[in-house]
Amino acid sequence: MPPYQLKAQIIRAETLAPDLYRLTFLAPDLAAEAKPGQFVMLRVGEGADPLLRRPFSIHQVTASGWVQVLIKVVGKGTRLLATLALGQTVDVVGPLGNRFSLHTSHHICLVGGGVGIAPLYFLARELQRSNPPAAVVPLLGARTAAELRPLADDFVALGLTPRLATDDGTLGHHGLVIAHLSELMATPAPWIVYCCGPYPMMRAVAKICREQGWACQVSLETMMACGLAACLGCAVPAADLAGPYKHVCKDGPVFGAEEVAWL
Amino acid sequence: MALNDLDLTCRIGSAVLQNPVLTASGTFGYGQEYESFVNLHRLGAVVVKGISLAPRRGNPPPRVVETACGMLNAIGLENVGVERFLAEKLPYLRGMRATVIVNILGDSVEEYAALAGRLDEVAGLAAIEVNISCPNVKKGGVAFGTDPEMAAAVTQAVKGATRLPVIVKLSPNVTDVALMARAVEDAGADAVSLINTLLGMAIDSRTRRPRLANVVGGLSGPAIKPIALRMVWQVAKAVKIPVIGIGGIATAEDALEFLIAGASAIEVGTANFVNPRACEEILAGIGAYLEANKMTSLRELVGSLAI
Repeated sequence: MPPYQLKAQIIRAETLAPDLYRLTFLAPDLAAEAKPGQFVMLRVGEGADPLLRRPFSIHQVTASGWVQVLIKVVGKGTRLLATLALGQTVDVVGPLGNRFSLHTSHHICLVGGGVGIAPLYFLARELQRSNPPAAVVPLLGARTAAELRPLADDFVALGLTPRLATDDGTLGHHGLVIAHLSELMATPAPWIVYCCGPYPMMRAVAKICREQGWACQVSLETMMACGLAACLGCAVPAADLAGPYKHVCKDGPVFGAEEVAWL
Repeated sequence: MALNDLDLTCRIGSAVLQNPVLTASGTFGYGQEYESFVNLHRLGAVVVKGISLAPRRGNPPPRVVETACGMLNAIGLENVGVERFLAEKLPYLRGMRATVIVNILGDSVEEYAALAGRLDEVAGLAAIEVNISCPNVKKGGVAFGTDPEMAAAVTQAVKGATRLPVIVKLSPNVTDVALMARAVEDAGADAVSLINTLLGMAIDSRTRRPRLANVVGGLSGPAIKPIALRMVWQVAKAVKIPVIGIGGIATAEDALEFLIAGASAIEVGTANFVNPRACEEILAGIGAYLEANKMTSLRELVGSLAI
């Protein structure tokens, strides 16, 4: 019964850019259950420091049981995970959390920032594989071309045409990826926007969608100790600020943008 | 000798637990959260997330932060309240044939007594664990746990309201934990469990802001094990009632240390977050150790520290 816990063999370890890694491991049961938007908790080594597992959105799974995550190095734990090598194992728990809900009758826009692109690629793959919607437009941003290009290329390989932006202007629009969102406003269509990235980006996207009357789903990231709804550490304020907190691991990580408070 | 020939039972007041491995409150949800990983009926007991009379929404985020070999939390006792616990959570645990200990918390002596009275009406509970030590809520909590007279008053009120065995969970944020233990023993506690989290804090030097919205929080995990072990040893010498050891237990080896120090049972806490199968692995490890040392009963091990 999912979620599963296993020591998964690493079958591919790639360095995509400085501090950006892609880890592929073999976890057939997990892969068979995983849905776009769900996440896994990876244990960092066997010791007590770093102690806690780290959450990662599932980037893609294959029918052959491969599971892939993107790892951006932000500290000691992610550094250790990023340096895992072929043949080593990683202790994984998953799949966890909910999934993006699909509305294929809409025109679909995927807005991803940095490592937040990870779950959107899984979603794009699923959209393209089943009954593809009329339009799937990825808007992808990162700090530099080195970070963005390998991720964007995967969307191109799906037959999509991502619009790009980098903080340093080395690829696509020089600035924020949400600049591309305004281009969509000229297109009279019922859009649904799926978004994952830095909090300020998601907040800005949620605001535009609210103003345009577009549906918007966001995948949130928080500090998280267990991923199993036991620690209750991953609370985020709900749109109703007086109401109970939402928990990213159980109620999310995918939320309707209108469900959560944008502070 | 087959494993089931081992006597792993331990007694908490009138309750006999099948083995000494319990879950620490607040680290195991209401049990169902771990159903994919643990056979709940095999545990000594599931100690559920602390329950108050009314639901509590808890503290604002961030609520958790990792520290060296540990973590700080300031969840703020978020829970569904006693009535929803009884209606929505307890039936599942009963269905799984889990031994259930309910952890309770309150802002007043009256609230503790009311909770104990409500639980006394409920069939199928093994014991009540009284949280007098959570450091996160400004009102109540810490005052009961650091003042022997207040701790005794809560213990007495709870004992007066229920026939269930009463375990009082002690705070380590005191000068003399043995004094606290004796105070609740004299007030009628059937057992003590310790330690709850140690009050700590963490600061982000870039922003110069605390890493927890609550500013301070409770430290748990392997980092606190030596302190917990020392306190359990001190309390076990000071009281006659059973002592339940808690604090940084992640492996069978850790659990054995607490049992040798004088704990009759142990609770596994933060380790559940890291290794969701920790409880069953620890249970198996304790059994293997007893066998390897040709012991037939857990009681041979408890308090066997050689100094």
